[in-house]
Amino acid sequence: MPDPISVNGTANQKKAEIMQLMQKGRQISRTPMPTQEKLERRANFKEVNSGYSPIQAMLEASRCYLCPKAPCVLGCPVNIDIPAFLTLIALGDFKGALRKIKESNSLPAVCGRVCPQEEQCEKVCVLTKKFKSVAIGHLERFVADYEMQSGEIEVPELPPPTGKKVAIIGSGPAGLTVAGDLAKLGHAVTVLEAFHVAGGVLMYGIPEFRLPKGIVQREITYLKKLKVEFRPNTLVGRTVTIPELFEQGYDAVFIGTGAGLPQFMNIPGENYNGVYSANEFLTRVNLMKAYDFPHYDTPVLKGEKVAVIGGGNTALDAIRSALRLGAKQAMIVYRRSEAEMPGRKEEYEHAQEEGINFNFLTAPKRILGNPDGWVTGLECQKMELGEADESGRRRPIPIPGSEFILPVDIVIIAIGTTANPVVPKTTPGLSTNKWGYILADPETGATNIPGVFAGGDIVTGSATVILAAGAGKKAAVAIHSYLGNLEKSTELLRENQKQIQG
Amino acid sequence: MPKILEKITLAPKIHQLRFCVPELVKKALPGQFVILRANEYGERIPMSIAQMDKKKGILTIVVLEVGKSTALLGSLKTGDEISDLLGPLGNPTEMKLFGTVVCVGGGIGIAPLYTLIEGFKSLGNKIITIIGAKTKESVIKEEELRKISDRVLVTTDDGSYGIKGFVTDALKELLKNEKIDLVMAVGPVLMMKAVSQMTKAYNLKTWVSLNPIMIDGTGMCGGCRVLIDGKNKFACVDGPDFEASLVDFDNLIQRQKCYLQQEKTAYARSNQR
Repeated sequence: MPDPISVNGTANQKKAEIMQLMQKGRQISRTPMPTQEKLERRANFKEVNSGYSPIQAMLEASRCYLCPKAPCVLGCPVNIDIPAFLTLIALGDFKGALRKIKESNSLPAVCGRVCPQEEQCEKVCVLTKKFKSVAIGHLERFVADYEMQSGEIEVPELPPPTGKKVAIIGSGPAGLTVAGDLAKLGHAVTVLEAFHVAGGVLMYGIPEFRLPKGIVQREITYLKKLKVEFRPNTLVGRTVTIPELFEQGYDAVFIGTGAGLPQFMNIPGENYNGVYSANEFLTRVNLMKAYDFPHYDTPVLKGEKVAVIGGGNTALDAIRSALRLGAKQAMIVYRRSEAEMPGRKEEYEHAQEEGINFNFLTAPKRILGNPDGWVTGLECQKMELGEADESGRRRPIPIPGSEFILPVDIVIIAIGTTANPVVPKTTPGLSTNKWGYILADPETGATNIPGVFAGGDIVTGSATVILAAGAGKKAAVAIHSYLGNLEKSTELLRENQKQIQG
Repeated sequence: MPKILEKITLAPKIHQLRFCVPELVKKALPGQFVILRANEYGERIPMSIAQMDKKKGILTIVVLEVGKSTALLGSLKTGDEISDLLGPLGNPTEMKLFGTVVCVGGGIGIAPLYTLIEGFKSLGNKIITIIGAKTKESVIKEEELRKISDRVLVTTDDGSYGIKGFVTDALKELLKNEKIDLVMAVGPVLMMKAVSQMTKAYNLKTWVSLNPIMIDGTGMCGGCRVLIDGKNKFACVDGPDFEASLVDFDNLIQRQKCYLQQEKTAYARSNQR
């Protein structure tokens, strides 16, 4: 096991300093994240968390035990050297800490905000046995924000161009990660995005109050400084196809098109006015800035009483957005219980603080509407938990005769997505599974077509930002090696030809 | 940013805009559409492709001013730029030799008939075109369509030009006298519904190009869902063309009214400026 503290130079001296600091200054309780006051934030789209101060960050980082096994590193999908970056923060070297994170994760400002840390690095922190875990996510966010506030973004020196061109399809977390990693290796990277701005789900899906759009655009600006080219308004499969990208001279392609078509429940009333998919509702509010209508032109229906169906992060984002748009009653309808809810704990707690009602063990049966076609209510049925299903969670079973009506004027469906067919349909020979997701090697992202790689939700189905970024990380390594071999095979071919001609 | 090569006002509140977008035009086929956004505050507006010049890479769209966003597009001039243009989107219309194809267009639905007729015609179909407008002055594209159709019938609601009545009145006569193999209808939902009801009685293959409210146009949002044979389909990835007899037009009409109130607010506000 290597020393978890990999500080350059006078390592031992610094290590001693840290040990001293950590022993003397160790506080037992976790530093709470400062937040916008709950009554105030219910009415605005500004970020809920306001971030640690440098002192708070140093104190919190010094809570780390520097345990030799560092389970947190294994708990992180991209294996960030967490003890090392915490040590640097404790020492006050915030920029050094950020460099350490960026060795493994290109999107710290984003992941520090939206990763489900309590299910990953923080879950396995040894402190959780006695106290609360080190606030790894909050600290990751802190160093990323610190750099932003200090002005200049540090850009690594780029190696000489390799002459290889890579097209990245989609500019969400997977695509941005691949783009950054390959650009840093000297490849010419072009990111193709269907929307008018880059960022994918980070722009259209996750709300401003959880992930400010300025933060996302800063990550994009950073990639532009790495000479990544962005081409918005380009839908691969329609504007240009994957075979055409190869004809245009690209040597490899990465597909990171993300979550697909929103699922509906196939219950009566889903096409009444006032029924949204979470994707549509969030896109209107976030990307198109409908919360600022009519200053921005895209409208969104603002409900008095809003119900969101589902228990994931998307459901929480949707209901908290509806609340901020002025809903007097905002509720979640989820067919399982609190324990099975897949949403992030912090978001669930924030939602509760803001006054969101949670109807657990409640399943929608039909949406009611008036003769003009507008939503008036949601008929639900109470559920109880039965045996565990294939997902390992206890299966909800309807309780007969328990139907009741929730009077609502907006219903938002947030029960997941299915694969988008546009890229597979227009890429001859690309293998998909029976649900339409692209088949890719989990270690490399390689698809069945040489030079075509894929990662993120279009491979796994709906998952998290960090898992998509992790898939991008692996794919970047594989693409780099593919391009290297391509070079070798071309050289070999030239060599052969020379010999033949000679 | 796409620049307007040429803007012409075809009729009151109806404008034709041309853009030089070779990459988009190269891929575009009859029946597809684009999404554009006038400026950074703008909505994403889906628009049928009216014409495309493959050699020069020029895309033509036709806009009817109905609200703030379309009025803004209508106010742009030759040489102005819009911020975004995405396409081509949707599935192309299925093109083959059917025999006699009747192409029905109403309002600005007349404009996209041009590429459809070109396509059908090039495969050897006989084309009978029916175009309808409210009054004589809002009839558009008549001359151009005459050049590529075998026959053109024009209707106006008020009888100020051509046949008095709706496109269905002209279609009714045709159905009596002609052997028709396919009807393709593009226009207001009420018109497409009326055409569908009429041809259903003859068990005649009829397609409509649907124009629901849409945001991304790539399948992601589901806002453009339409009920086809009782099942939800997305116009952007499953359409925009659907078999007319299977379409729930009443649901589409209802869903198109979703933002009437907001549209009025936005329009009134923009007029005050």
